[in-house]
Amino acid sequence: MGDLGKYLSDAGTRGAIWQMLLEHVYLSLLPLVISVVLAVVLGWVCHRYGWFRGALLGTANIVYTVPSLALFAIIPAVIGTQVLDINNVVIALTVYTTALLTRPVSDALDAVPVHITAAATAMGFRPLRRFLTVELPLAVPVLFAGLRVGSVSNISLVSVGALIGTGGLGVLFTDGFRSRYLAPIIVGIVLTLLLALLVDGLLVALRQWLTPWNNLKGAKA
Amino acid sequence: MIEFRAVTKRFDDGTIAVNSLDLTVEAGTITVFVGPSGCGKTTSLRMVNRMIDPTSGTILVDGKDVLSVDPPTLRRGIGYVIQQAGLFPHRTVLDNVATVPLLSGWSKGKARTRAAELLELVGLPAELGKRYPVQLSGGQQQRVGVARALAADPPVLLMDEPFSAVDPVVREGLQDELLRLQAELDKTIVFVTHDIDEAVRIGEKVAVFREGGILAQYDKPSELLARPADDFVAHFVGKDRGYRSLSFVDASGVEIGTVPTVVVGEPVADAVSEWRLAVDERNHPRGWLAPGTTVDGRLAEDVLKPGGSLFEVGQSIRGAMDAALSSPSGLGVAVDPDGSVVGVVTATQVLAVIEGQRESRG
Repeated sequence: MGDLGKYLSDAGTRGAIWQMLLEHVYLSLLPLVISVVLAVVLGWVCHRYGWFRGALLGTANIVYTVPSLALFAIIPAVIGTQVLDINNVVIALTVYTTALLTRPVSDALDAVPVHITAAATAMGFRPLRRFLTVELPLAVPVLFAGLRVGSVSNISLVSVGALIGTGGLGVLFTDGFRSRYLAPIIVGIVLTLLLALLVDGLLVALRQWLTPWNNLKGAKA
Repeated sequence: MIEFRAVTKRFDDGTIAVNSLDLTVEAGTITVFVGPSGCGKTTSLRMVNRMIDPTSGTILVDGKDVLSVDPPTLRRGIGYVIQQAGLFPHRTVLDNVATVPLLSGWSKGKARTRAAELLELVGLPAELGKRYPVQLSGGQQQRVGVARALAADPPVLLMDEPFSAVDPVVREGLQDELLRLQAELDKTIVFVTHDIDEAVRIGEKVAVFREGGILAQYDKPSELLARPADDFVAHFVGKDRGYRSLSFVDASGVEIGTVPTVVVGEPVADAVSEWRLAVDERNHPRGWLAPGTTVDGRLAEDVLKPGGSLFEVGQSIRGAMDAALSSPSGLGVAVDPDGSVVGVVTATQVLAVIEGQRESRG
């Protein structure tokens, strides 16, 4: 523990850790935001066109089984980025998270009761407005369940990116292992855990703010 | 007014849902489409607001071909009440009711003010507006569904089995509510149900459909019960249609006789030799005192035989008949609208009146 105090007492180290934390947030949450948009589009396609569903969700499953380190290495070959490009991690995690979220979004859209969508159509909603203001809001609880898994998964996977030198808190692990120094590893674990808990808490709060109607069951007049 | 002209709907698998339907729904009336499942009644309804388009034929709403109007625009001008209400679970009751005005471009404030008026119109307290649908009972949700359909004040209202998911007592209340609303609003209403009792109760005219989407009979409910067009209709309206048709017979010819009464809580002076009606101090019926009953001191409720249904003067002859048949004494208790006893009727008298009416009709 003395080591830890000494390690953190250096202002330069603290500044570097702060920088890594910010990188980590950026690398894990940007893919989350992009994949929400992609998963909503793809989930809608699966929901709308049954024949597409099997193909797309099957692909998503396969993608999810590709090891992250392999994916980080394949992406430059596929899209021509530099091997150490930070975007490789963003793209890889976007692919994972989209693969993770597409199925729940599609399932949630399928689960919207037919009489509710029929009522919306009969009220005079046009299809896009109906999707954005009726079907999608009703899919939010399921979407957020997927997002919580995705955010935790991303925050842990970003650490792996350090192996190909993309920054983030994972650098603390690579440094610690290389120099056989425990303090940075402990700091890395604690910060990763705290970040995951914080993001999860924020997602729960956001879901509750977005869906005041959810969890009201049993509160009859 | 809604006109179906030679309307046919054939689905992709070849089944004919509606077969050359010709029918006119008069403006300002409630018309009920009734029939077994698969008879095309719901398909016919849904062709009016283009949830389904016909294979051939024309549907006119107030003289205008529905196929000439862009569907969302058409639908905003036609109220729609769906089974299980179909309320949006993520919107408050008030915002649910404000849906169509908002879609039609009203300001949020104006739409909400209108929605609050509608809640009052369907008999819901204003504070319910802030709740979410899941916090309401089935009957309340259905009222909200009706309020939502009426929000933009459409001249035409389509109701697709709206009350089928609520229990019978609540359903009857909702039916009464609809009739009360209609007396006030004078909409052109098409109401789909599979329940013939509901059909004859609320319909000014009833269209009976049979399998294959064929219109079997289109008539006033009394005619439907008295003169079914064929065996299918006769079977569909049921075995006790003769009894049910009494709902449409005026009871003014039934003579109301007198009955000896006793008051609950007061002593009964003499021996009880015939049926006596027990009433409370407001003259409301409490039950019957059977002949031969000995009353020790003051009359207590527990020696009484429970009474039958009550015939409210002004109701149809069906009420008079039912009161007589369900009473332990054979005497049906007639009451005024306040519930006070005015006298009794017997089944024999009621039958005599029915027979008399048959003769006078020739």
